[in-house]
Amino acid sequence: MSMGKSSTPLGKVRGLGAARSGGAHWVDERITSVALVLLSMWFLASLLWLPSLDYKTVAEWLRAPTGAVPMALFVIVSFVHGLEGLKVVVDDYVHDEGNRVACNIVLLFSAVGGAAFALFALAKIAFGAAA
Amino acid sequence: MLVSILHRVTGGALTVAGLALLCWWLIATASGGDAYATFSAVAMHPLGLVVLIGLTWAFFQHLFSGLRHLVMDIGAGFELGVNKLMAVGSIVAALIATAIVWAYLLGAFA
Repeated sequence: MSMGKSSTPLGKVRGLGAARSGGAHWVDERITSVALVLLSMWFLASLLWLPSLDYKTVAEWLRAPTGAVPMALFVIVSFVHGLEGLKVVVDDYVHDEGNRVACNIVLLFSAVGGAAFALFALAKIAFGAAA
Repeated sequence: MLVSILHRVTGGALTVAGLALLCWWLIATASGGDAYATFSAVAMHPLGLVVLIGLTWAFFQHLFSGLRHLVMDIGAGFELGVNKLMAVGSIVAALIATAIVWAYLLGAFA
């Protein structure tokens, strides 16, 4: 965030975009997108390769580290990337500052809450008693 | 233009509907066979399948238009012909990939 003390033109405008901190956000969105290319391919390939998608098969798959760990990463990175993407949409279309902050808070709470539930479910599958 | 709008719309759908379904599926799996059966029944209902096929298409469209954005982010692909080819290509590739996945899932290759 520029506090007006920088003498370079770049330093003067840094942090002054519509979202105040767009540069790091822009990079994060791209890094998570690259991660999601790998993780979503793993997810899709797993769904196609599993012999069945019934309860027993899926629970066994997610109980093993090879299923639970990539799935936890997929959940976390998906929520981060989805939150970043929807934040851009909110910043683009919600012009009133109060409404924009409110929308972004709702988005943040929803994303953190959703990810927490998904990770708890994964932990319960992985560490719980086998059904 | 169209592909850019599609990228936003599919991204929004994947985040809202896709992540909600992913959470429901994981929570159902954690809750046991009965909860999983409820999820399966909804997912295999014709309307559920429409949503799942729609999300599959949204995923591939977002993936391919996202890869196009990454190429453009490094400053490549701005020539008119290449740019149009990538835009049209992302739409065609997404439709083909969706068709292949669901043909496989619905047993067309069985």
